Amino acid sequence: MWEYTDKVKDHFLKPRNVGEIEDPDGVGEVGSLACGDALKLTFELDEQKRIKDAKFQTFGCASAIASSSALTEMIKGMTVEEAEKVTNEDIARYLGGLPKEKMHCSVMGRDALEKAISHYRGEPETKVEGEIVCECFGVTDVEIERVVRESHLASVEDVTDYTKAGGGCESCHEKIQEIIDKVHGKPHIVHRKPAPLTNIQKIKLIEETLEREIKPSLKQDGGDIELIDVDGNTVTVKLRGTCATCVASEVTLKHYVESKLREMVTPELIVEEVQ
Amino acid sequence: MRVIYTDNNATTQVAREVVEEMLPYFHDLYGNPSSMHSFGGQVAGKLKEARQKVASLTGATPDEILVTSCGTESDNTAIQAALASHPDKKHIITTRVEHPAVLNLCEYLAENGYRVTFLPVDRQGRLNPEDVYKSISNDTAIVSIMWANNETGVIFPIEEIAQEVRERGVVFHTDAVQAVGKIPINVQQVSVDMLSLSGHKLHGPKGIGALYVRKGTKFSPFLIGGHQERGRRGGTENVASIIGLGKACELAAAHISEENERVKYLRDKLENEILKRIPNAMVNGDRERRLPNTTSISFEYVEGEAILLMMNEFGICASSGSACTSGSLEPSHVLRAMGVPFTAAHGSIRFSLSIYNTEEEIDFIIEKLPPIIERLRELSPYWTHSKMEATAV
Repeated sequence: MWEYTDKVKDHFLKPRNVGEIEDPDGVGEVGSLACGDALKLTFELDEQKRIKDAKFQTFGCASAIASSSALTEMIKGMTVEEAEKVTNEDIARYLGGLPKEKMHCSVMGRDALEKAISHYRGEPETKVEGEIVCECFGVTDVEIERVVRESHLASVEDVTDYTKAGGGCESCHEKIQEIIDKVHGKPHIVHRKPAPLTNIQKIKLIEETLEREIKPSLKQDGGDIELIDVDGNTVTVKLRGTCATCVASEVTLKHYVESKLREMVTPELIVEEVQ
Repeated sequence: MRVIYTDNNATTQVAREVVEEMLPYFHDLYGNPSSMHSFGGQVAGKLKEARQKVASLTGATPDEILVTSCGTESDNTAIQAALASHPDKKHIITTRVEHPAVLNLCEYLAENGYRVTFLPVDRQGRLNPEDVYKSISNDTAIVSIMWANNETGVIFPIEEIAQEVRERGVVFHTDAVQAVGKIPINVQQVSVDMLSLSGHKLHGPKGIGALYVRKGTKFSPFLIGGHQERGRRGGTENVASIIGLGKACELAAAHISEENERVKYLRDKLENEILKRIPNAMVNGDRERRLPNTTSISFEYVEGEAILLMMNEFGICASSGSACTSGSLEPSHVLRAMGVPFTAAHGSIRFSLSIYNTEEEIDFIIEKLPPIIERLRELSPYWTHSKMEATAV
């Protein structure tokens, strides 16, 4: 259940300016069926170069329809220069607010308006700017950066609410976070090189990692591991249980044991099995 | 405004008879069934009767019924119990169209050392039993497959699958939350080891469910506490709700033929009339093997939430397979698993009826829905395109 304002409900149930202007001065189309919402905006100008009429067609949820309807009402009577300044926040404000999860509907309105204006000015169709970050909804880093900056977004969830990016498979969440950090000027976390370990610290850490992380996981498959020696950065181990006879033991050793120890202890480690 | 409730797979109205049976247990008979005094002790007797009614609905015996707090708890208990009692086995088999109670649990387990096979379904939402058998290995601890799907109503061939899985010596659990009370189920004739059911899907109260555990099935409690439920689930009994669940099960048993005749007739009428009156509409799921009360219909080129809100203006309650919400902007996992095209998946509506629906209500929906779809299509840029293409051809 969405908490829509009366104004949103009104624009959804009685949308204004539905349709398509014939021979429009500007046309902007955004979204797609796959994304779940899409908007086609058309407008025409009068002699004073003011927007005389604007119409929309929208496929989408109630707030997508209401945002489109509101947008057409807002820009009528504006000059192109004035219309250009309309932001997604303005659309949301006009409607008395939108649920946070639905802010992307207002962003869609602004995007369509921008496209229609550049179409009117005869600017070449700008190809997708930037690099796709969210594969599910085809959202680029440039779009995410812009919305983070303009709407002061602070979390991945916010970005999803505003652009839908990250709302599908979620595999891009890390990238979105990086963009947010970049915009807010958070220093990129530089891994400070730790002070070199003493031999005794190193051996202790290796033992701990084996006990806590590696052994339990090998034991799930009926295997086990024993630490034989540590000489400089060379760790000698003996695989036991099913691991001892497993043809994939070399893989286990290098890809699992070694990489885990490198992660937890020091990246220079080399793991070898005692012959 | 009057409410026309066709969202019974989400939850149901608690039957008046159920409420009446429950009421004394709040204020008058509030004793603890475990108490030594007869004021509490008398409640234990009533609970026993209720448990008997729950058991009877599925052909179980009372001591095979474990009362839980909901369907989700039943599902979690079943799967965790099978894993805990087979600690050497690390493989789970389920399907891609399960309820989140099973699906998300299995995804969690997959991240924590278990191997999970999520079986696909075909375009009609059907499961190929051979896929289940092929996936079984010596390492398989449990097979968990829903009896009927909550979104499409498609019924899986649980009788056949359960039999084959048992012959291979693997525990079989079924989430029958949507099936119990809608279709006849008898655990004496079906080799399921565990079966989940929920009170609020069959006109009982919310917050109560049950897990059938066949005698002899290895079990390990999920909720550890007191001696209740014969030590298999701690916690003071939710007395009033158990009484309510018992009554609801008794009523469900009495209404099952009505469900499969009158409710099915209403569902078919609704579905056929919608398909007849609205172009570019299609039913999701196998129409031959389906719950009698459920229909999932997709309307191309329009979005589900918009349809729901327009129906809401007339008091019509249904649900959509496309929740346009943050965090789940994609159409439902069930429709995606079935490969329903995007043009249709975003505009899917599920109507799920109950014995409380009248023909007059169904006629009302049939009258109100076509103009809603038409109106939304007029707004949709894709509808004009597709119409233009159609006339060009």
